[in-house]
Amino acid sequence: MLSIHNLTIRYGEQNAVRDLSLVVDSGEIMSLVGPTGCGKSSVLRAVAGIRKPDGGQIVIEGLCTSNQRFVPPEKRRTGLVFQDFALFPHLNVERNIGFRVKDTKAVETWISTLGLEAFRKAMPETLSGGQKQRVALARSLAHRPRLLLLDEPLSNLDAAMKMELRPLIREAIKQAGVTALWVTHDQEEAITIGDRIAVMQHGRIEQVGTPQQCYEAPTSRFAAEFFGEGRFLAGERQGECARTPLGECQIVSHTPQKKEGAIEVLLRPHDIALVLTPTGNAMVESHRYEGETRRYGIRLENGDYLEARLSHELQFEVGKRVEATISAGHPLAAFSPASSQQPPES
Amino acid sequence: MSERLPHNRIRCYLLALPVVALAFLPVLVLIILATDAPFEFGTRNWRILGNTLALTVLTVSGAVILGVPLAFVTTCLRIRWAGLALAALVTPLAVPSYIGAFAYFAATGRGGEIEALLGIAPPEVRGLFGTAWVMVLYTFPFVLMPVRASLRRLDANLVDAGRTMGLSPYGAFMHVILPRIRGGIGAGALLVALYTLSDFATPAILGLDTFTRAIYVEYNAFGLNRAAWLSLQLLSLVAVVVFFESRIRTRNERPGRTLRWTPTPVFAASAWSVITFLWLSAVGLPLTLFLIWLGREKSSGFDFNTIYHSVIPSALAAVFAVLCAIPLAQAASAGRLGRWMVRLTSLGFGIPGIVMGTALVYVGLRLPFMYQTTAMLVVGYVLRFLPLATGSLREGLERVEGNMIHAARSLGASQGEAFRRVSLPLVFPAALSGAALVFLEAMRELPLTLLLRPTGTETLTTRLWQVYEAGYFGEAAVPGLLLILTSSFAVLLFLRSERLLGLAAESEA
Repeated sequence: MLSIHNLTIRYGEQNAVRDLSLVVDSGEIMSLVGPTGCGKSSVLRAVAGIRKPDGGQIVIEGLCTSNQRFVPPEKRRTGLVFQDFALFPHLNVERNIGFRVKDTKAVETWISTLGLEAFRKAMPETLSGGQKQRVALARSLAHRPRLLLLDEPLSNLDAAMKMELRPLIREAIKQAGVTALWVTHDQEEAITIGDRIAVMQHGRIEQVGTPQQCYEAPTSRFAAEFFGEGRFLAGERQGECARTPLGECQIVSHTPQKKEGAIEVLLRPHDIALVLTPTGNAMVESHRYEGETRRYGIRLENGDYLEARLSHELQFEVGKRVEATISAGHPLAAFSPASSQQPPES
Repeated sequence: MSERLPHNRIRCYLLALPVVALAFLPVLVLIILATDAPFEFGTRNWRILGNTLALTVLTVSGAVILGVPLAFVTTCLRIRWAGLALAALVTPLAVPSYIGAFAYFAATGRGGEIEALLGIAPPEVRGLFGTAWVMVLYTFPFVLMPVRASLRRLDANLVDAGRTMGLSPYGAFMHVILPRIRGGIGAGALLVALYTLSDFATPAILGLDTFTRAIYVEYNAFGLNRAAWLSLQLLSLVAVVVFFESRIRTRNERPGRTLRWTPTPVFAASAWSVITFLWLSAVGLPLTLFLIWLGREKSSGFDFNTIYHSVIPSALAAVFAVLCAIPLAQAASAGRLGRWMVRLTSLGFGIPGIVMGTALVYVGLRLPFMYQTTAMLVVGYVLRFLPLATGSLREGLERVEGNMIHAARSLGASQGEAFRRVSLPLVFPAALSGAALVFLEAMRELPLTLLLRPTGTETLTTRLWQVYEAGYFGEAAVPGLLLILTSSFAVLLFLRSERLLGLAAESEA
């Protein structure tokens, strides 16, 4: 188990991480996700003990560390998997994996689990990126860490390799039964890899939740826009419902503060259904064929623009009128209107 | 990564400080010496300046004219035995330029060895053009190597992109290739200029009055002040070159597909004939000459203690230079102040051997217990060649930076273990090649050795100088060949050290 309490990290005058708290349960994979520069790597480096925190406390399986009680990285038993792999160039695959392992069985287990038998004697520079990252993972796991930290492990690899490695790495971590903190800037990666997700922005955590919670019920506009596509539709709140130009819908109860008044509802492309009718409430403005699906841009009578993703079998011509309705079977996330959230400074 | 903790960084700086102070000593001495120098600038001084500048311009132009096309031929053309061509073009590095000068001095002109052998006397290689020719023969690899490096980094797709946008092959060369190799050419040219300004024996043997030769003449006439005054003049020329060198930035491009062209047979044949001619002129001629002398005179007049007197100070210098370089390299990776410290110590490499010698002789005269001892000679070598060791070590340290140490520590290795099992094996090859470089340079260093060697002992280089002054050329055979041999061995070691040690690390149980 990892628990972080009120962590603060400063770079000069800049606060990279502010008063951040996060708990990762035993055996859980937590994705720590956010845009570049949000401080997520600083959190990871502080947990690993590479960077001394300026404030707060980090507890790794009962091992308590802080600025005053700093524990050097080698005493923490946190396996660290780097973006640049950080394999030792003078050691072959087998020696890299067994760097400080006395029990050769552990080395063998991970060599075979991660499919590295063929290159066990190879030197790191002869390996491809995907192979290098498998070696790096095997190396970390063979050292039996209390906690596994992954710092953008897939960002140096191409798209196909990412898709191939995500389930492989997830399975290996689960097989090892180790608690893991996986840092990434890729929302898709965060969703597919994590048991839970922590969304970070400007050195703070915006939301912690399961991938489904984060995607379907984001608690902030930032999280809403960060995960997947979506547009905001203006409406009027009435208790647990919202009245919008596309009809009424249920909204997630936790979001806006006021029970009545103007709100904006998050609509993902697949939350909208379209039916061809001459008296429809919207006009098809654009169309893109995506293979399995088609994506339509529609313009409402009030001028709002929305996007809908439909089955490839449903084909509408640009310029036709359609009736747009909300087809989502779950409550939608809703927020106070953007303009009222950031009042103009006077 | 400059995430080192501050007190750690300060310790790095403090450790490097004595080395920096020592390296600055010669410059200080020259300034003191020059304060009571005769600040006169007569016609002779003008002639010396003119000769030096003319020689530098001619040598740099020659080295660029040869080096750039040959870099192109060996990198981008599909020619047969390309590896052999490259080897032929790098071997001149293994022949010290004064050996070449000595060979040309003995071989050409009336009464030279070639006339004795073939009956016809080739034109004398002497004076400005003769010296420039010999200098070019041994310095063009300095241009060839960096240009080759930039050509290999150049992505061929850039050239293809240019061609699809309507550039002719010539246009592609001017607008795509040239801007990318300009840095390499500049770096090489400045290195050649530095080498030419510092070289003592080549112009001295071939009878061209340059600064280095004039300084030696003044030194021999006990005109230490006048030698210092000339030294300062030469140093200001060197400073100009070093200034331009510091302005050069070589871009680090992501390596792509290497440019490859298939030449016409005629072109390939003419490239090969140029390469062969160069090899024969730079390596073949001196080697043949020294071998003929060896056959004729065996080892007459050669005292085998000379080898010992050469090897001991050079080996000591190699060890001490690496030891001095460790704190410097660490300081350089600790922060900006450290990089300035390294820049200060690299003054030594810019100071020509004869100038460094003059300065240290002055120091020796004030410290009688040091004067004309092996220790003084070793100090001279270390000060002059320290940048070679620092450069190598820094390259090695760069391999370790980044996440390698963090990875080791997160796997449970302590700071000491991480150093022993990760840093050391990665830095060691670099340290070794640094030591080899210093050893090589010290073995073949002439002017500094001439001024600082303990009385009564001769090294290989000073023995060669004696032979030249006495005119018994045949007796140069053994020292000359030994110098070529050590040089080639060290060049080979330098080129291969990294790969050899890579293999050694692999088989370590």
